[in-house]
Amino acid sequence: MVQQLGFLKETPSQTAGPYVHIGCTPNFCEITGVYENDLGISMVNDKTLGERITIRGRVFDGTGTPLRDALLEIWQADSNGLYNSPSELRGAADPNFTGWGRCPTDMETAEYHFETVKPGQVPFKDGRLMAPHVTVWIVARGINIGLHTRIYFEDEKAANDQDPILQRIEHRNRVPTLIAKRDGSSYVFDIYLQGDKETIFFDV
Amino acid sequence: MSNRKPENGAFFQRDRQWHPPAYTPAYKTSVVRSPQRALISFDNTLSEITGPVFGHAILGELDADLIYNYAKPGESAIGQRIIVHGRVVDERGKGVGGALLEFWQANAGGRYRHKREGYLAALDPNFGGCGRTITHEDGYYRFRTVKPGAYPWPNGVNDWRPAHIHFSVFGHGFAQRLITQMYFEGDPMIWNCPIVKSIPDKAAIEQLIAALDMNNTIPMDARAYKFDIVLRGRRSTLFENRMEGN
Repeated sequence: MVQQLGFLKETPSQTAGPYVHIGCTPNFCEITGVYENDLGISMVNDKTLGERITIRGRVFDGTGTPLRDALLEIWQADSNGLYNSPSELRGAADPNFTGWGRCPTDMETAEYHFETVKPGQVPFKDGRLMAPHVTVWIVARGINIGLHTRIYFEDEKAANDQDPILQRIEHRNRVPTLIAKRDGSSYVFDIYLQGDKETIFFDV
Repeated sequence: MSNRKPENGAFFQRDRQWHPPAYTPAYKTSVVRSPQRALISFDNTLSEITGPVFGHAILGELDADLIYNYAKPGESAIGQRIIVHGRVVDERGKGVGGALLEFWQANAGGRYRHKREGYLAALDPNFGGCGRTITHEDGYYRFRTVKPGAYPWPNGVNDWRPAHIHFSVFGHGFAQRLITQMYFEGDPMIWNCPIVKSIPDKAAIEQLIAALDMNNTIPMDARAYKFDIVLRGRRSTLFENRMEGN
């Protein structure tokens, strides 16, 4: 016998189910009067620094049907590349930017959207800069464990080409699944759970 | 929160054999919603190591009391009154303080308050079904609710969900983000459920079953169930490679 390491096991995931709104966005599903606002519906205010952007899109299943019961959360740096988090030890992030947003896909249109700012660049472990990106977490009925992906931006080609995460992706023809396309004043980022266009998901 | 410098090490690798796989055909909805390509792995960057935290300012007085937080004045939700309590710790056994927990559930008859819900069991006009709290510095949390009912769902022609409470958990880093479900000790329905059985390991399923805890009841009011939640642990940064010049 050797000494026991004594680590615990992480609590296993279970699907968020079809009624995730009750717990996470109750006002969205007409449970009003319990919480004043749904958390994460607003990431910015009048004083937030940086370029305002909208990110929107849909989440498609393997048949091409968009999910009308998914919930997305995003997490990103402020316009200077700092996270609004106690674990951010490099400096103070913009106090007028939460960095975190939550949005259910619409029950009719199936679209999600976030009003946010373009994130600044954040260093990789070795000091190289990662391209501006937004971390995404997707849960829904039928998804047994939340899916992590990233949104990069079409108009950041030079930075994307140098990005240490994008560079390590072997199948280069899948890289475009992580890049949001500019459409007027907003970026469109559609997510494909399966199929030829399956979005790259990360084990992080 | 303490005065200790916050930790910012990477999280331990997730044990994907302990969690349910994406594709679990007995749970039919997973069939077309499960990614089929391998996940691409990379060690945490600052984008996963950091995460949002929430202050107590967001909490209302009744947020952690589902018996009263939707009820009309002077009324309360119908059902067996219970306390659910426990600790949020990480894989090292360290308490995770300041963690936002959100929970949602069906009412005592097994009916959710949701426009997409069609089960014929009655709505309780005094039960909304949502609550939330933030853990104490040592990771402890508690809330009061009614025990949810079991209910049928369209998967097999006669599939029923065991009584359960959904939990959404934030730790300190976005890579710790977790949604799961809590089940109740002694419920025979647990072992028939395709969603429960999406988890391959029996010991992992048992980690989701809250124990009846008669030492933490409120006498003449509510029984208690204890449910501890484990989030991913962090590596020490003591021996991490430093960037040049740091």
